[in-house]
Amino acid sequence: MAQVVLKEINKFYESVHAVKDVNLTIRDKEFMVFVGPSGCGKTTTLRMVAGLEAISSGNILIGEQIVNDLPPMDRDIAMVFQNYALYPHMSVFDNMAFGLKMRKFAKAEIKQRVQKAADILGIEQLLGRKPRQLSGGQRQRVALGRAIVRHPQVFLFDEPLSNLDAKLRVQMRVELKKLHERLGTTAIYVTHDQVEAMTLGDRVVVMKDGWVQQVGQPLELYNAPANKFVAGFIGSPAMNFAVVEVKESAGELWVESSGLRIKVPDRNAAGLGPHAGRQVTVGIRPEDLRIAGSEDPAVNCFDAVVEVVEQLGSEILLDVSVGPGTMVAAVEPTLKTRLHEKLRLAADPDRMHFFDIESEIAI
Amino acid sequence: MIEGAIWRRWVFFRIPLFLFILVLLFPFYWMAITSFRPDGELYRPWNAINYNPFWTWKPTLVHVQYLFRETMFTTWLWNTMLIALASTAISLVCGVFAGYALSRLNFRFAGLLGTGIFITYLVPQTLLFIPLSEIIRNYRLGDTPWSLILTYPTFLIPFCTWLMMGYFKAIPRELEECARIDGASRWQAMLYIIVPVAVPGILSAGIFAFTLSWNEFIYALVFLSSPEQKTVPVGVVSELIRGDVFFWGPLMAGALLGSIPVALVYSFFVEHYVSGLTGSVKG
Repeated sequence: MAQVVLKEINKFYESVHAVKDVNLTIRDKEFMVFVGPSGCGKTTTLRMVAGLEAISSGNILIGEQIVNDLPPMDRDIAMVFQNYALYPHMSVFDNMAFGLKMRKFAKAEIKQRVQKAADILGIEQLLGRKPRQLSGGQRQRVALGRAIVRHPQVFLFDEPLSNLDAKLRVQMRVELKKLHERLGTTAIYVTHDQVEAMTLGDRVVVMKDGWVQQVGQPLELYNAPANKFVAGFIGSPAMNFAVVEVKESAGELWVESSGLRIKVPDRNAAGLGPHAGRQVTVGIRPEDLRIAGSEDPAVNCFDAVVEVVEQLGSEILLDVSVGPGTMVAAVEPTLKTRLHEKLRLAADPDRMHFFDIESEIAI
Repeated sequence: MIEGAIWRRWVFFRIPLFLFILVLLFPFYWMAITSFRPDGELYRPWNAINYNPFWTWKPTLVHVQYLFRETMFTTWLWNTMLIALASTAISLVCGVFAGYALSRLNFRFAGLLGTGIFITYLVPQTLLFIPLSEIIRNYRLGDTPWSLILTYPTFLIPFCTWLMMGYFKAIPRELEECARIDGASRWQAMLYIIVPVAVPGILSAGIFAFTLSWNEFIYALVFLSSPEQKTVPVGVVSELIRGDVFFWGPLMAGALLGSIPVALVYSFFVEHYVSGLTGSVKG
């Protein structure tokens, strides 16, 4: 068990600056998730921690030790790969035992550790098989087993669930979470799936174009995104954005665009004050929109026309046009509606987000 | 498979396939049938009444017996086997290491070097044997098996390297990375993980190299002179064609027996060999 510290980490591939000034402390026993679109530098960062990529500048510490120049074998880490990377010519037992054999453990110890890991993962009956005789989920378990038999200081996961089908992925996600609670080993987990990030992470790092956008607990990211990218990336369906103008009338702040006119909630008024007369981006999550009722103050409501109705069973996603733009609203499954019907939607005033139009930073 | 009507299958698949096999196998049939025909039938003029070139009613083993009693065929077989195995072994070891280095180690000019090796493979043997014979002479290796064991790798190593390069590239990088995280050094990762996974590729490189050296003719013809040093292809041709007299029976029997080891090697490893060519590694 150990903490992992990244200090001013940079990575250059010839002319490409893949990872930019990453500063991060992953606490002991923490489950840290790196999330972002492909090419954002999350996997590169993970591979630098693993020692599979050289660091262009900066320091990486595992525990108290600077590991910049240590080969992967001396970093006391274990990694699970997206394609499992099981050794195809070895049985499941030998796959799991390989790391221990390389480290010259006694035979009895190896056997005991593999048995225990197999027991935890429920793969005892597979120990004699070859990887090609296993299903995707079983292979993933073996890959996990290979990591946990070593009792490493840090687990590294590189999109381990991406190759599984949707149902199995959810199941393995739960098991991973349980496994982490049971073992308590520090873990760094890379994924492009924000649902995985939200459900698994103690904290989540959102990356884009090599920059860290925001680090925080899942709900922090959801409730208070630091910028427009994080706001749009976290949450499903994605947040609605609209470019609006901030207007001041009779001492009150309003945001306006064609088809949309909402009063700025008091909690945002101070921040938006300096932007009066200028454009900003407003962000409203689909789940923070509802069909306007009598209790909704008119200042939070606007007109919308139904374009597409997506029935999900537990809720309905309405694609609506608001003026020239479009929005998605997640509404009650009991709603009866037709295409092209005109609706009045209300936005939750406590859950509106505003972003600077140029810097895209939250206001 | 060709889809559709039965006539399409016949016209586009079965008949062409049949013709193809016929053309391909006919020389072997001719070789086999000639080996077992008595001389009387072999040298019968084409306009004789009982002329029948495609079949014999009096099969005989005299040509085979002649081959083993009157010529040094067993010595040639032994020489060929020894030389082919030794040069294949040398080439495989070098090819595996070079292929691994060129495909996995990111050093400067790796790509250039790979292309360079391939280009050396393209230089025809008919040109290379002239400078090589000079070298062989200088090292006094002429008329010894070493002259071939050491020169065959000049075309086998580029070939094996190129083939292994492709095969190593098809093996997921993660396998090796995982091994290195698991505690293996680069050397151990290669030895315990990459090489075992690459066995089909190594086998097909080996089979090819073995066949190439087994059948090699020019170097063997140039570098070997005494009958007891010769290999099968050279021995059969030089000892059974005297002047303008062709001893067709023993000649064909020698060719037939000479091709059996290669056929055996192929049939033993055919499955590995095919998967080696298609480069299938499942993680």
